[in-house]
Amino acid sequence: MAEAAAIAARPVRAKLSRDDIIMRGAMVVLALFLLVAIVLPLYFMLSKSFETYTYRFESIEFQVNDGDGWGETLNALTLGQALGVVTPERMVTSNGGRFQASEFFPDFSFRSPRLYRIRNAQEDAGGFMVGGGPVFHTEWVEVTSNDFRRVQIRPALSTGVDNYIAYVNTPSLFFSVYNSLFIAVTTTVIVIGLAFFYAYALTRTCMPFKMLFRVIALIPILAPSLLPAISLVYLFGNQGIIRELLMGERIYGPIGIVIGSAFWTFPHALMILVTALSISDARLYEAAVALRTSKLRTFLTITLPGAKYGLISAIFVVFTLVITDFGVPKVIGGQYNVLATDIYKQVIGQQNFQMGAVVSVVLLLPAVVAFIVDRIVQRKQVALLSARAVPLQPKPNRRVDIGMGIYCGVVAVVIVGILGMAFWASLIKFWPYNMSLSLGNYNFDVMDGGGWEAYGNSIRMALYTAVFGTMIIFSGAYLVEKGRGFEFGRGVIQFLVILPLAVPGMVLGLAYIFFFNHPGNPLNFIYGSMAILVLCTITHFYTVSHLTAATALKQMDPEFEAVSASLKAPFYRTFARITVPVCLPAILDVSIYLFVNAMTTVSAVVFLYSTDTTLASVAVLNMDDAGDIAPAAAMAMMIVYTSAGVRLLHALLTRGLQRRTQAWRTR
Amino acid sequence: MTTDKQAGEPYLRIAHVIKKFAAFTALNDVSIDIDEGEFVCFLGPSGCGKTTLLRAIAGLDIQTNGRIEQGGQDISALPPSERDFGIVFQSYALFPNLTVIRNIAYGLENRKLPRAEIDKRVRELLELVGLTGQEDKYPAQLSGGQQQRVALARALATSPGLLLLDEPLSALDARVRVHLRHEIKQLQNRLGVTTIMVTHDQEEALTMADRIVVMNQGVIEQVGTPMEIYRHPATAFVADFIGKMNFVDGTVAAAGRVKLGEVELSCDTDGMASGAPVQVAVRPEDIIARGVAADEANAFEATVEDLEFLGSSLRVDLAGENLGGQRLTADLSVNLMRELALEPGHGVTVRIPAERIRLYAAGGT
Ligand SMILES: Nc1ncnc2c1ncn2[C@@H]1O[C@H](COP(=O)(O)OP(=O)(O)O)[C@@H](O)[C@H]1O
Ligand SMILES: [Mg+2]
Repeated sequence: MAEAAAIAARPVRAKLSRDDIIMRGAMVVLALFLLVAIVLPLYFMLSKSFETYTYRFESIEFQVNDGDGWGETLNALTLGQALGVVTPERMVTSNGGRFQASEFFPDFSFRSPRLYRIRNAQEDAGGFMVGGGPVFHTEWVEVTSNDFRRVQIRPALSTGVDNYIAYVNTPSLFFSVYNSLFIAVTTTVIVIGLAFFYAYALTRTCMPFKMLFRVIALIPILAPSLLPAISLVYLFGNQGIIRELLMGERIYGPIGIVIGSAFWTFPHALMILVTALSISDARLYEAAVALRTSKLRTFLTITLPGAKYGLISAIFVVFTLVITDFGVPKVIGGQYNVLATDIYKQVIGQQNFQMGAVVSVVLLLPAVVAFIVDRIVQRKQVALLSARAVPLQPKPNRRVDIGMGIYCGVVAVVIVGILGMAFWASLIKFWPYNMSLSLGNYNFDVMDGGGWEAYGNSIRMALYTAVFGTMIIFSGAYLVEKGRGFEFGRGVIQFLVILPLAVPGMVLGLAYIFFFNHPGNPLNFIYGSMAILVLCTITHFYTVSHLTAATALKQMDPEFEAVSASLKAPFYRTFARITVPVCLPAILDVSIYLFVNAMTTVSAVVFLYSTDTTLASVAVLNMDDAGDIAPAAAMAMMIVYTSAGVRLLHALLTRGLQRRTQAWRTR
Repeated sequence: MTTDKQAGEPYLRIAHVIKKFAAFTALNDVSIDIDEGEFVCFLGPSGCGKTTLLRAIAGLDIQTNGRIEQGGQDISALPPSERDFGIVFQSYALFPNLTVIRNIAYGLENRKLPRAEIDKRVRELLELVGLTGQEDKYPAQLSGGQQQRVALARALATSPGLLLLDEPLSALDARVRVHLRHEIKQLQNRLGVTTIMVTHDQEEALTMADRIVVMNQGVIEQVGTPMEIYRHPATAFVADFIGKMNFVDGTVAAAGRVKLGEVELSCDTDGMASGAPVQVAVRPEDIIARGVAADEANAFEATVEDLEFLGSSLRVDLAGENLGGQRLTADLSVNLMRELALEPGHGVTVRIPAERIRLYAAGGT
């Protein structure tokens, strides 16, 4: 039996089929894509946040010659400290920072006949500029007074946590952490409370007009987050039509941010809670009735715990959306600084990229924590869902139904009111002096901000994002879900595709600057182009799209691939003929999700657009910044019209598709 | 596929196959030879590794160790697309968006055959599985049994050398199942295609298979024809799993003699040492009560404890001092009951033919 032992001992090394090889190749391509789209940019940003630029005055030396030979060698640090021009705060700067050498000589005059000498005591200490390029060598450089005024000392690069220390020690910056947390927590409490009862009314009562209420509640998804802020300016601003309601409080600040944030995050919370409340077990409620449990007790002991995971998930989603949002605080935040606006100010206002990176990392922390908690909760919820339960059919109850109807009515009126305000404002000739209607505000070409071209760019960007994004994301999900073997590769990709969910738009945008604008990056050429906007947007919304696609793929019979292989069909043929047609509804969902988000997003792309690729949402921001608030409202409304139109088209398409495929879908 | 095998060589040879999932061993040194044209059933309780073995043969989950040869060629490492087989899954895995003919033609279209030839072959198959007239329906519009036939036709379309069926009938209701058993068997006879069917239903295996491979916990317990498996179960597990079987404790009294309770019976002790504790296995239908004289070989007195009426037969529980507190169940005909006037509490003389008694070492079931 020596032969038997030999057979048993030798492990089988599976031969790869052509399909396996192509799929592995595709997986490597996908992994490279994700590497470039998310991993490397984040890495560059992280390393940037540890880069510090400081002046190394101790290694700069001067000599002066007043016509009687060179005087003693003067050390810049000693000299500067004695004069009081070198302080600890002034030592820290950014990579563009320059220090005038003449500051060390209070009696300096560029007309004086005095000669100066400057040199580096060490070679690796930042150097200095004399007219032309930087000087790093340690020889004396001699200059006239006239030239000495152009001598600048350069900072040296070092790595360490100095930026973080500086951040914590700068009250104006560090206080934003508190502000951001305050806004996020307050908004989350309000939105979850409102959305929970709204979702309860939609799922657990026989309230009238349910469909209408559902549609209204989802409207904010179609608008950029800038829109509610603009509406609030019209409602409660200095010339707001109902500013008296604030009783003397100013809308510019936390109040405005909270209301605006609540508006646009409401549907996100609602969708999660409606799902959570829809999957309840009727038997529990029947038992409660049989035991004569009071309504309140039933609610507290059955309804709330049943929706527990949905609630936790919704809380973290809203919290993350608010803390990472840039649009609302930018428009209506006034002097109230939050983390997202700080990044913008540091980068766009002060060109302090290192500090921008530090704030980004700070902003990344709560988002990552929320992300991890949400992942854990999601995993538990799956187990909950798989238990077979009897769906609950709500029973009419006049008092509850009418009460809930009124409640939902009030919420719906507020939502429609905020949207309607922006709509109305966009049509007013000259608020508040000439209230006649006109389309003048839509004449974007006569205004700064990008004009109709920006709108066209947005449409193009959204289309590219939807088309290429869906193709990449669906194929990627297919590889992960249906690939054979290569567990390691699939595991890596599975992790990478979840990553974008934890990265706020502002952070992603800034990370893209660091990575793609790096002179050594061979992909540098896409910087400032449409391509980088599309890439950034696809990445920003990758995870949710991937999960939608993966869910649809999971529902397909896992043996399709096995049968195809036995029939010698290459996998791409089965992919095209079976997988894609069967998953078409999910594919449409993904593409519409990408399109609408590409239309409304502002946080990531605000760092990446160029004059040729201004987007509609960025135009809203810029026009609002410039005080053209009515045109800003008009452009925001253009985004709403477009998103709504596309959604409607999607609904019709899906309906048509369903009719066409009814024969094979019915069961 | 060309077969360059010599006469007498098996068509499929599975040698020392081991399959591990991490630390768990799902198949432990499995070897079987299957001849061309055979209908073989893998039978065993759920989780014993039948599907794992089938998937290894198909190349869908390649074994960790061991060799598989088909038609004289070592296919151990080949991916499914380079092997020669058709497969039907329990779920059928019919493509939901393709009509019946498109489903059946799916494999033919990959071979770039002329349209007319494909159509001809599809018609043939439709007729073969009795689905003429259903060609333009979608799978969701068919009954379970019809879907099953489509899956079968699709697997057979490319005339594979090997047909693999993984619990093909278990999703159907009982009546359709019995009907389809028969049909599949006939189809297999007509086409002569070597077939392996996985099932956990012993009746299915006994009625359909030329040979049965009984598996348990990743190893093969016995391979044999249905009759062999039923008549001469090699292990206590097989004896228990297939058909109904009495197990009573006994000891080997001497070579060719076993003692259970007070009774000593002759039987084949197969070299077991005298005094060894054994399990004595007897099928209910092998206990004879008609015309048994008390002094006949292997005859003994027992007491009727309980009677269960099963329609054409009776299930009779026998006990009594002779059996030492143990119990035997016998299948007796209703006529016999009337003849012997069997009633609970009455005595009856029964006989167990020596060749129908099987002994297994005590401790295993
Ligand atoms: N992919 C897998 N990973 C881990 N364990 C598996 C896997 N597939 C099967 N098993 C285990 O191997 C054993 C045999 O499974 P299977 O062959 O499906 O049994 P059956 O005889 O019911 O078809 C079971 O215990 C099962 O849990
Ligand atoms: Mg199985």
